[in-house]
Amino acid sequence: MSVREDLGNRMPGGDAGLIVAVLVVLYVAYVLAGVGLGYSLRGQLNTVAVLTFYIGAFAMLALALNLHWGYTGLFNIGIVGFMAIGIYVMALVSKPLYQSGGAAQVGGLGLPIVVGIVAGMVAAALLGLVVALPALRLRADYLAIVTIAMSEIVRFSFLSGEFQRFTLFGRRVGFGGGSGLILDFTDPLQAFFETFGLWNAYLGFVDAFGAIVPTNPKPVVDGLVYGLVLLLFVAAYYWLLKRTGESPFGRVLKAIREDEDVANSLGKDTNQFKIKSFMLGCALMGLAGILWFMTQGAVTPNTFRPRITFFVWIALIIGGAGSNTGSVLGGAVFAAVLYQGPRYFKNLVDAALPSFNAPSSFGPAVAPLLSNLNPAPLFYYTVDSIRQLQLVLMGLVLIWLMHNRPEGMLGHRKETAAGIPLTSPRTRTAATDGSTGGDEGGRPTDAEGGEGGERDE
Amino acid sequence: MSKTGNDADATETDPNAAENPADAPILGGGGPTVTAERPLEVEGLRKSFGGITAVDGASFHVEGGTLTGLIGPNGAGKSTTFNLITGMLSPDEGTVAFNDEDITGMEPHAIANKGLVRTFQIARELEDMTVLENMMLAPKGQRGEKLWRSVTPGVRDDVIAQEEELLERVWDVLEFFDIDHIADEYAGNLSGGQRKLLEMARALLTDPDMLLLDEPFAGVNPSLEKRLLKHIHGLKEQGYTFLLVEHDMDLIMENCEHVIVLHQGRILTEGTPADIKSNEEVIEAYLGGNV
Repeated sequence: MSVREDLGNRMPGGDAGLIVAVLVVLYVAYVLAGVGLGYSLRGQLNTVAVLTFYIGAFAMLALALNLHWGYTGLFNIGIVGFMAIGIYVMALVSKPLYQSGGAAQVGGLGLPIVVGIVAGMVAAALLGLVVALPALRLRADYLAIVTIAMSEIVRFSFLSGEFQRFTLFGRRVGFGGGSGLILDFTDPLQAFFETFGLWNAYLGFVDAFGAIVPTNPKPVVDGLVYGLVLLLFVAAYYWLLKRTGESPFGRVLKAIREDEDVANSLGKDTNQFKIKSFMLGCALMGLAGILWFMTQGAVTPNTFRPRITFFVWIALIIGGAGSNTGSVLGGAVFAAVLYQGPRYFKNLVDAALPSFNAPSSFGPAVAPLLSNLNPAPLFYYTVDSIRQLQLVLMGLVLIWLMHNRPEGMLGHRKETAAGIPLTSPRTRTAATDGSTGGDEGGRPTDAEGGEGGERDE
Repeated sequence: MSKTGNDADATETDPNAAENPADAPILGGGGPTVTAERPLEVEGLRKSFGGITAVDGASFHVEGGTLTGLIGPNGAGKSTTFNLITGMLSPDEGTVAFNDEDITGMEPHAIANKGLVRTFQIARELEDMTVLENMMLAPKGQRGEKLWRSVTPGVRDDVIAQEEELLERVWDVLEFFDIDHIADEYAGNLSGGQRKLLEMARALLTDPDMLLLDEPFAGVNPSLEKRLLKHIHGLKEQGYTFLLVEHDMDLIMENCEHVIVLHQGRILTEGTPADIKSNEEVIEAYLGGNV
């Protein structure tokens, strides 16, 4: 316990050092496993890119959820709904105008990607407002019910034929319904670099990268660079939420989490604070949804099932609710170990044993074990079903955590909700005049104060 | 009242404190600004829950700058009355006026911001926050409570500057209540008495004009009770008004100028402690015949 409590302090670079250290461990584990099994360089780089992508995505989402749950105590289990609103509205705004004969059934408003991203975040925040207004006045559990219902309503709305195609500002637009929506706007990475006038420089870099990956280096570089962009966004989220938490605003949020009545009777309009906190978190979830899905080429509503919401919750629980650093760590560990880990493990087994044939169902998998104690078919069957077993694994980890470490990796750590370090102002001044010193500065004063009171009696 | 002055004198590490005149507001907020002679006026208050009428047409007022006691047997409606005054519940009938302003049915935070602040019967601390965080929460008008100010570079410097000022003020109050040695402790780790002190200190930091104390001495040992009373009297001298719910009759009789007796949701009688002591009805309803 004490070892872990001090870890953040003893780590060179503090919290940032801790995050970097955990990331390094995760990456090294991935790369070593890949090397051991003879992955090509291209395969290794792709693995790293995908890993980075999911670390970034889950870290962002866990940070946003931490604002809701860790700071304000708002039980939001509709995360995926806000992500869906984000990417769909962004697509609506940024997809090019409809042209008949194109691959896309519907067009968009043809505005720049940045405008689309902002619109997506605003839409997610507004949806948060609509959800919050009736629900926040009730007790916490009602917000949970309302949010999960909302996320399913959002999914079914995008599935419905009504919104498949409609006219907005005289343009033929839509959400594509069940068959999905093609995201045929400019490649976001290209848009990103063009904003800074660096697109040609980037292409030059890709060419130079050809020295390492000779054939078609662009997808590899794109993946890696996009992962880095996501990590930049994680840093931005962290910065924003740290400032939010370490302020009088964050202090009120924390007080609401602890006891809303107390905050209220101290003159804080708690509904206002809750709504602001909720909307900010929703906007950040919308942005995370955009960043996750905008490079995927197409989206379908059924991607946005509640399981993503619960993945984010697991990430936050692993990291420790209430701690921003913990949220990032939780997102990274969840993405690397629980989310990508089993899939990667399957790939490794596939690569190591290219000739194995997994039995097609449970019966043939178990039969050899019973008849001649041959466990191999069952093993192959298990590995083959790893995507399904992944959920079981997550459940086991959750149960273990609840029993042994309910506060997560860093949940025991209380991050002070103030803009300044809360130490005695007297200690700071008194230390210089030498009358009192060290962290006991307050005590002599107190003792004298007590005596004064008694003399008076 | 020189007690507060001496208390401030005793904090020798603060050079300014010693220079303060005895009646200077220790809270740095300028002290209370009571304008009305009767800061609190309650008229015909009524509240029922289902078939039970908890408060049944209670009317009373509290004079400015006094320590008024509200007593009554269990179930008399004292806590409900408190909740009705502070906006935690809204009355079925009747009005509550504070500083000549109708505050009936306002939200608790709006009422608190008008200067009428309560404490809770069971001290409710924000347990996973430190004593200092608890205290820093309370002051009104914190710029950093606006989200954009807290995050925008440049503007945040303003917030930080105010935080430094607040911390100084918070520390003065902590010293006044002799709880500065537990400043970094989590509120959840405090003893019952320390919680009571913290709760009162926190309420004072909101710059109230009037404090409603719901059984502040319940579960408090005699020496701490003395200290709390000393603080309350000191603050009363500075112009604060108190309404106190309390079970301990002796304590009420010794310390309050005015006592209101609530019985079955109605005002049975009110008057000076001497009046109350000799009132037959009160003795019958509440005191059981032995004072």
